[in-house]
Amino acid sequence: MQKLDVLDSASLRTDVPAFGPGDTLKVHVRVVEGNRSRVQVFQGVVIRRQNGGVRETFTVRKVSFGTGVERTFPVHSPVIDKIEVVTRGDVRRAKLYYLRELRGKKAKIKEKREPAGSGR
Amino acid sequence: MASQVPNVRGLLGEKLGMTQVWDDGGRLVPVTVVQAGPCVVTQVRSTETDGYSAVQLGYGVIDPRKVIKPLSGHFAKAGTTPRRFLVEVRTEDAAEFAPGQELTADVFEAGQKVDVVGRSKGKGTAGVMKRHGFKGLGAGHGTQRKHRAPGSIGACATPARVFPGLKMAGRMGNVRTTTQGLTVHAVDAEKGLILIKGAVPGPRGSVVLVRTASKTPAKAAGR
Repeated sequence: MQKLDVLDSASLRTDVPAFGPGDTLKVHVRVVEGNRSRVQVFQGVVIRRQNGGVRETFTVRKVSFGTGVERTFPVHSPVIDKIEVVTRGDVRRAKLYYLRELRGKKAKIKEKREPAGSGR
Repeated sequence: MASQVPNVRGLLGEKLGMTQVWDDGGRLVPVTVVQAGPCVVTQVRSTETDGYSAVQLGYGVIDPRKVIKPLSGHFAKAGTTPRRFLVEVRTEDAAEFAPGQELTADVFEAGQKVDVVGRSKGKGTAGVMKRHGFKGLGAGHGTQRKHRAPGSIGACATPARVFPGLKMAGRMGNVRTTTQGLTVHAVDAEKGLILIKGAVPGPRGSVVLVRTASKTPAKAAGR
């Protein structure tokens, strides 16, 4: 589909920071209520990132009042105001579905210790 | 028939493929990208001379040596170089066009309803389930080796024959297909691209005709 790459590039965002599974994000989402819009923050751990191009999505999981909440966003969605990376997680899988079974301290993800001089 | 939709616009183009784009509401819209035009008017049909009014359009490059003499004469009369594909679009206001006139993607605008004519992908010999949407026979309950079979194709001694036109297995696809009532999502006049919401017949790289929709949507017609 190289013929359409030029067209697709117009739909892609360039301001998306590098992040992956295990990272904790603050996703600023534009919410439209009636005729006014405000920005809502959804903070949680990225448990997956899948597909590519315009269709690329990521899922953020947080525990809200004891209930696990997962929200999937398209990476290039115009609904997202901005994405902030809070912490880098040190994980060994691409899909962190095992977090769903864990509670409390066990569901904590180790923070990545950046090797000196090499930022991700 | 033609009087209901007097001003029909048409363009030949190449189907580039499908992708997705964001709309104003932040929703992802599936679109087919058609590289439409430039088309050239090769002949204008009028009621007086031809009995109907239409515009004949030419599209695509071709080696002039490959064009047969009668056709190259036809193109010379219009004052254009030979084109690979020719198509006629029936429209009431054909007189507004002149031979040699160039048409580009900007004849269409975003939000407009269009029909797209193309040649569907060939599927080869296909069974009745794929070709006609039959349900086949049961998966269990004693069905043996007949899971995708058509079942009965008629009665016995009366009529003692199979009715013509009965839906059976056979060649599927590779026929002229029209998809009606598609919406133009966006037009890029500079690059000659038309983004049409939804799917369009044919494989990528095939020639399609984009034409003003012949039918109005049921909602608008009901008023």
